[in-house]
Amino acid sequence: MKFLKNSISTIVATLVLLPVLTMANESEFPLDHAPDRSNNMAALQNGAKLFVNYCLNCHSAAAMRYSRLTDLGLTDDQIRNNLLLASDKVGNLMTINLSAKDAKEWFGVAPPDLSVIARAKSSSAGSGADWLYTYLRSYYKDDTRPTGWNNMVFPSVAMPHVLWELQGVRNAKFVEVEDAHGSGKKTTTFSKFETVVPGQLTEVEYDNNVADLVAYLSWMAEPAQNTRKRLGVWVLMWLSVLSFLAWRLNASYWKEVK
Amino acid sequence: MAFVEKKLPADAPAIDKALNWIDSRFPLTKLWNDQWGQYYAPKNFNFWYIFGSLAMFVLVIQIVTGIILVMHYKPDAALAFASVEYIMREVPWGWLVRYMHSTGASAFFIIVYLHMARALMYGSYRKPRELVWLFGFAIFLCLMAEAFFGYLLPWGQMSYWGAQVIVNLFGAIPFIGPDLSLWIRGDYVVSDATLNRFFSFHVIAIPLVLLGLVAAHLIALHEVGSNNPDGIEIKDTLDADGHPVDGIPSNPYYTSHDLFGVTVFLVLFSAVIFFAPEMGGYFLEYNNFLPADSLKTPLHIAPTWYFTPFYSILRATTSDFLYVVQAGIAAYVALVYLKSNLSAITKAAIAAVGLLIIIGMMPAVLEAKFWGVVLFGASVMILAGLPWLDCSPVKSIRYRPDWHKTVLIVFAIAFVILGYLGVQPPSPVFNAVSQVCTVLYFAFFLLMPWWSAKGTFKPVPQRVTFKPH
Repeated sequence: MKFLKNSISTIVATLVLLPVLTMANESEFPLDHAPDRSNNMAALQNGAKLFVNYCLNCHSAAAMRYSRLTDLGLTDDQIRNNLLLASDKVGNLMTINLSAKDAKEWFGVAPPDLSVIARAKSSSAGSGADWLYTYLRSYYKDDTRPTGWNNMVFPSVAMPHVLWELQGVRNAKFVEVEDAHGSGKKTTTFSKFETVVPGQLTEVEYDNNVADLVAYLSWMAEPAQNTRKRLGVWVLMWLSVLSFLAWRLNASYWKEVK
Repeated sequence: MAFVEKKLPADAPAIDKALNWIDSRFPLTKLWNDQWGQYYAPKNFNFWYIFGSLAMFVLVIQIVTGIILVMHYKPDAALAFASVEYIMREVPWGWLVRYMHSTGASAFFIIVYLHMARALMYGSYRKPRELVWLFGFAIFLCLMAEAFFGYLLPWGQMSYWGAQVIVNLFGAIPFIGPDLSLWIRGDYVVSDATLNRFFSFHVIAIPLVLLGLVAAHLIALHEVGSNNPDGIEIKDTLDADGHPVDGIPSNPYYTSHDLFGVTVFLVLFSAVIFFAPEMGGYFLEYNNFLPADSLKTPLHIAPTWYFTPFYSILRATTSDFLYVVQAGIAAYVALVYLKSNLSAITKAAIAAVGLLIIIGMMPAVLEAKFWGVVLFGASVMILAGLPWLDCSPVKSIRYRPDWHKTVLIVFAIAFVILGYLGVQPPSPVFNAVSQVCTVLYFAFFLLMPWWSAKGTFKPVPQRVTFKPH
């Protein structure tokens, strides 16, 4: 019996650990960690500015109302005078005038709505914010593509490098590496980016602005996020007190049970 | 018989008179006393006995949050996704109601699996509680259907493609399959027609059935009385008043006990809702934040986590695995002939069915896809057979040989591994592991008539094990 118990335990332990061996298979571009600026109103406002100026021409955010931007510390007038570029009323949703049919014709695919893009792009490789942050900083010049741009995070993407004036033009350098399994073959891997034409911003400034934009997209994906967490603290405190009281009440009743 | 209303003294409190008026016309006090107030339950309930009342609590949560969601949700393929975002952003507290409903769905399954685990440990499905188990099994089936239909409603990528895959499973049934899938879907592919009918099933059809089954489940339980961790029948030892000596009235003892359980549950439930509603992509899947696109198939289509153990069994059934299954069936038929006390006719019937299956699993007959669906279904249906598969002389794991505990734990681990593998994309190693775990899963049930009766059982006490506290 003891032998059976031991062998079952061994088999089970092996089975449990086997999956770990197959973890390292997908060679995806590693994602950088997007800085958390969810409580930084200045960053979120800058992100909103970048979003409305650069993204809202092709991408819609049809679940997002302009007036919700007051959550970021802006007034209706500020929104109306600075951010209402694609619409006329501050109570409108962030829809665009580019029809899906035209977009498909011009780009090959309609640019997706960005309302919840920061939630949709999450995966085991990183959060949606990480994906977006790395994506917007991984464009490189590629003359084989119709737009002239390609992206390390999203190969053969149909979107051009909208922020190229800010970041500048970069090439991607690839190197031939010996195959790790020693089969004698060579594989092409990415080594680094190389600036061809510098942009208006330095690398740090560009990364900073992209972080703001991504923080805005994260906020837009779930505007109630900060409220949720703030309330959660109070709710949990209250429920802890309640469960303590329920525990002692229950104990007082059960004292009677012999 | 003439209607007789009990007369209370003229100075009796108004509330007593009101209650008397009702009781003369509707058995309110009797119902309360029979079902809860004076329902004598064993006094030695432990942690595992909280999940029944928690399941009922979550059912209420789902219904109430569901009612609120339906006020704002639009069951139209063009409007559904946007209406969910409308609830999240524009409906006051909409985000909270949505998260309560999505977290509640996962919580329901965690609770129900733990509730079933209790039954497995303490033999709660055994005579005379077979019907309690069968009604519970029907509830489990309805719950899975409810979750499946509900998952299409947000109309995200995973909603759409998950529904597409699962409805296509019915297409694997020979002869009637494609027509059956067409009938379920209401269209040649999952579309607006499918969304509308799944909305009806999710909001009305199955909740009605569920409520009826929960009532039946509780009535059946109260008829025979609850089991307990020692697996003994408390009604065997009565006191002078006719109440079980080891029993206590549910009110106030289990009212306060379950209230405490509910508050602890709410702490955990709220922690998830307020701080991790997506739960790493398991409660709210990331891919479902992309609107459904019939032209873009996701890389990995997997059902929600609570279906994955059974989904793993479906995926494990490859044409190679069928040889293993055939060998297993042949060995099982031999075992039944050599080592069982069944009648000759029953043995012959089992042999005939086994032979048909073995023939059906041969390469040229029915393909692995069909048998995968069969095993998928069988892995759920076999639960219903537990009251008749368990041949142990004692109910509770406490008085069984220690190695029975190991068997139960191995089964639980196999179930969890199957669940984990179901979430992962397929790979050769994972496939092999899931095949091993599938064998363990079915062996646990099919060999139970033999292993559950083997070993040295411990003497079962007359009175329950209870420490006053």
